[in-house]
Amino acid sequence: MITIDSNSVNPKLNSAPLFTAIAYTIVGLIALICVLPFIVLVSGAFSSESAILQEGYWFWPRDFSLEAFSYIFRYPADLLNGYKVSIIVTVVGTVLSLFISMMAAYVLSRKDLKHRNALSFFLFFTTLFNGGLAPYYIWISRNLDLTNTYAVLILAPMFNVMYILILRSFIRGSVPEPLLESAKIDGAGDFRIFLKIVLPLTKPALASIGVFTALAYWNDWWTAMMFTNKDHLIPLQYLLYKMLSSINLSAAMSQHVSNLDMPKETFKLAMTVIATGPIVLIFPFVQKYFVSGITIGAVKG
Amino acid sequence: MFVPIAVYFIIFAYIPMAGIVMAFQSYTVKGGIFGSPWVGLDNFSYFFQSGKAWLVTRNTIIYNLAFLTCYTVFSILAAVVISEIRQKWFKKLSQTLMFLPYFISWVTVSAFVYNFLNYEYGIVNRIFASFHLEAIDIYSTTWYWYLILPFLYVWKWVGYGSVLYLAAIVGIDQEIYEAATIDGATKFQKITKITLPLLKPTMIILLLLGLGRIMRGEFDMFYQLIGNNGLLMDATDIIDTLAFRSLMGTADFGMASSVGFYQSVLTLIIILGANWMVRRYDKDQALF
Repeated sequence: MITIDSNSVNPKLNSAPLFTAIAYTIVGLIALICVLPFIVLVSGAFSSESAILQEGYWFWPRDFSLEAFSYIFRYPADLLNGYKVSIIVTVVGTVLSLFISMMAAYVLSRKDLKHRNALSFFLFFTTLFNGGLAPYYIWISRNLDLTNTYAVLILAPMFNVMYILILRSFIRGSVPEPLLESAKIDGAGDFRIFLKIVLPLTKPALASIGVFTALAYWNDWWTAMMFTNKDHLIPLQYLLYKMLSSINLSAAMSQHVSNLDMPKETFKLAMTVIATGPIVLIFPFVQKYFVSGITIGAVKG
Repeated sequence: MFVPIAVYFIIFAYIPMAGIVMAFQSYTVKGGIFGSPWVGLDNFSYFFQSGKAWLVTRNTIIYNLAFLTCYTVFSILAAVVISEIRQKWFKKLSQTLMFLPYFISWVTVSAFVYNFLNYEYGIVNRIFASFHLEAIDIYSTTWYWYLILPFLYVWKWVGYGSVLYLAAIVGIDQEIYEAATIDGATKFQKITKITLPLLKPTMIILLLLGLGRIMRGEFDMFYQLIGNNGLLMDATDIIDTLAFRSLMGTADFGMASSVGFYQSVLTLIIILGANWMVRRYDKDQALF
């Protein structure tokens, strides 16, 4: 390695064109694999049913057709209701969850609080140990009687302890203690300090954790499957699951769709496109919050 | 200000924990969680004698170890190659595409998988057909799933993982690389001698944290992709899916609660073990 004449080190060696080519290839390949299924899905949704039945799915639409979409939009009631439920649950749930998580994180971040480690552990312990599915299910559905309510859809997936701990470290890092003290001297109460000082100073973390929480609500189908059986309470993802998993679509869609000649394969795909579309469309705009959320958490959970 | 969350966790986490006594009871609707007759260890002996206990434990561990290994390897690989990309737009675009799968639900993923693997219409079999190969019936052959599930796991999480490791790579002091360049190190040498060793602390912490989750399978993933497909059950049944099926499918409360108890205890033991190891490795990173 060690050469006496420094000029003999080929400067081109460090630009390593072969290596760069390999790096580009690997990155491109991984990215392509990540996006291909989306392309196949959209292509399938815009193909005609007969082309799918004869030739199968492919990477581009075969025999371009809007048949499946026109079928969905003929009776949009279930779909619109699914959107409605998902949006209500996501918006209300995210706001509530974020606000309460933030209050807890603020309390835990205060150095003058006694037993703050014990309180952290009180939250954290729930991720280590739980009663299991059966007691949880019976407790919520029979004892609390929350079956078929918006409350259960919002409450069950409400908190992620890791996020609370991340918010706690963020507050510690970005809200200077003298600021809190001077506010106290000026006569501000704890809640006022929280609203006027802590919340505004932690906006970046709120945005990140908020996006994570919203995504968790939006993608949640499990709660609905466990605790609802009424059509008007079915969120989008669970509606989609029911449609994908049932051979007979009419069993999943409430009443309208019982037509036998409906395009079954493409219908499912079109439904998936419509249910997934919004997430994919807003994704580039919120991605940066995810990235900052991950790296905030990575520093120290 | 701590009251709302305390109330929530008492109601939604701590009281159900007390319900763990169900595992030692014969649950009746009338008696409820706290008034059903005691049966001692009957539920457990039933669970262990059903032959399911070993099967689901084995599957849960195998899959989670495979997930953890593949996820770590591919996240690091992706992070290292992304860090070598100079073209800004290419870097941004590819990272965005890699992150895309993280956003969609497992419900949607199951639709994707169906598009690719379906026996009659799936793309994989269409490609096989164009090479005059015989079509494979993936939905009724168990061993494929030992490959497919880790693949999908990596597919969904590689964007997330690569950001984690990329953050660690960006944090590495540039002077080390400059010094290596002056010494005439090649790109490959810089990666194997500088980048990878410096990623080791991050990797070990993430691995140990991942170990803590090893008894909790990805229920969403298994349930959406396999569902109640009896043909695949032996290869894909994990603790979570067994507990779910006993509860919602057959309403076998004894089985469901003993499975849940078993899982919780194993999880607790493994997390305490993993935390002990983290503590030994780096005290600041320990969870408690």
